[in-house]
Amino acid sequence: MSKRIEVKDLNVYYSKFLAVEGVSLEIEPRSVTAFIGPSGCGKSTFLRTLNRMHEVIPGARVEGEVLIDGNNLYDADVDPVLVRRQVGMVFQRPNPFPTMSIKENVLAGVKLNNSRISKSDADELLEKSLRGANLWNEVKDRLDRPGSGLSGGQQQRLCIARAIAVSPEVILMDEPCSALDPISTLAIEDLIEEMKQQYTIVIVTHNMQQASRVSDKTAFFNIAGTGKPGNLIEYDDTTTIFSNPSVQATEDYVSGRFG
Amino acid sequence: MSTTAAIKAKQRPGDRVFSGSAVFAGSMILVTLAAVAIFLIVQSIPAFFADSEDASILPANFWAYVGPLVFGTVWAATLALIMAIPVSIGIALFISHYAPRRLASVLGYIVDLLAAVPSVVFGLWGIGVLAPAVQPLYSWLVDNLGWFPLFGGPVSGTGRTILTAGIVLAVMVLPIMTAICREVFLQTPVLHEEAALALGATRWEMIRTAVLPFGRSGIISASVLGLGRALGETMAVAMVLSASGAVTFQLLTSVNPSTIAANIALSFPEAYGMNVNVLIATGLILFVVTFAVNAFARWIVSRRKEFSGAN
Repeated sequence: MSKRIEVKDLNVYYSKFLAVEGVSLEIEPRSVTAFIGPSGCGKSTFLRTLNRMHEVIPGARVEGEVLIDGNNLYDADVDPVLVRRQVGMVFQRPNPFPTMSIKENVLAGVKLNNSRISKSDADELLEKSLRGANLWNEVKDRLDRPGSGLSGGQQQRLCIARAIAVSPEVILMDEPCSALDPISTLAIEDLIEEMKQQYTIVIVTHNMQQASRVSDKTAFFNIAGTGKPGNLIEYDDTTTIFSNPSVQATEDYVSGRFG
Repeated sequence: MSTTAAIKAKQRPGDRVFSGSAVFAGSMILVTLAAVAIFLIVQSIPAFFADSEDASILPANFWAYVGPLVFGTVWAATLALIMAIPVSIGIALFISHYAPRRLASVLGYIVDLLAAVPSVVFGLWGIGVLAPAVQPLYSWLVDNLGWFPLFGGPVSGTGRTILTAGIVLAVMVLPIMTAICREVFLQTPVLHEEAALALGATRWEMIRTAVLPFGRSGIISASVLGLGRALGETMAVAMVLSASGAVTFQLLTSVNPSTIAANIALSFPEAYGMNVNVLIATGLILFVVTFAVNAFARWIVSRRKEFSGAN
């Protein structure tokens, strides 16, 4: 189910502007990796290059390689649509489809990938995905109600259920808790801990306690100044990054001296 | 609260002037609508009880006269919408999601320009260009697909049939429908588009799961506005359609129903006495039909309010 990600010398451009420069790192399967760093340092941009979602923005392009189990995502004959089916994504703000019910939301991706699915298979997948997102008990009596009627935290877990319903190899999370209250955040963090058994998870977060709670490894990104590209400063085990980082800027950031 | 004096908000002149003018502008809508409705009703009442002795244009009574006209009006407008809805959604999607930005703005401008063409020009174009151009196609349809009820013969020699009028109407309602659809499609939240793309949707699948459901009420509003214009369009239909007042679904023959608005325009110059009241009464019927269509569309939009994306 889960796969290793290798990134080699990746540069990301928005038209002519170099947004992220020279990132190389390896992400182990079945681990949680956190990206931390100040706003605008390119961590979300970099995250989006892992499933080619940056291409949605006109003019965005990359140089370098992203290998998932040895296959380069940026080979000329790779279809970005297929990449995104393998590498799912959860966004900063919960975004269930407003015109769909809870059930339709969970099954939306499956309906795209494989439009014929028997009713019993669909019901089974629905329950499995919602249980996987710790949402089943809360919504099992109102599966036909609109997804937008749930609370923010429930909506975000619905989005996670929607992402895992297509059985991806990797799940990217772009500040998934920044719009949520502490209780809902805790629920998502517990969920990440469980999902680690099956998926490779990469999470961008502004919350350093969250990074230290959920992740196995942490990457610190920084930016030299406005208009300069973002860089990967340090990438190591989370305990090392938070207790004994090798770069001064990392220590300053994680100890709250700047950022 | 009884012991202390109620706190009065300070009245500022700017607020008063603005709220006064806003209330005035708002009430003018109701006054104008009421004035038109009262005129139509008062002038129409005698016509409802008239027969062919009172008014020379009536075949028997008023309802026998207005029935075919209502049918023709709704039929021509329906034909126009059947053609215009898919085309305008297609143009709007092309402009909002497919075309390169520069081409999109040029195209949007051209569509808007189409709205500036006067209806009499569309009428001339319909008679002079469209009708002769489609007549051979109509002959072919009647010869080869004549078994299909809509395409029954004999074919019209001039091409000035209800279908031609429908095509002209479709072209006329296209700009407003395209403009509304385009605006609504552009407003689709990026979050929802990205949600679909991140699930592995192709561009068309993204449009189907995110853009079209979000734009559904906008598409319906656009269709209603287009329908309103098609129902009330006068000059182009009066010029293009060679009407005989029959009730028939056949699209390609020279026997065509007329529409209320075109009939008023064509008959009014020679009308006198009770005939004038009869024509005004047909106008009242058109008013009611348009109103009913609007109410129906609003009901459709409100039926799935919870799923509209507004919450």
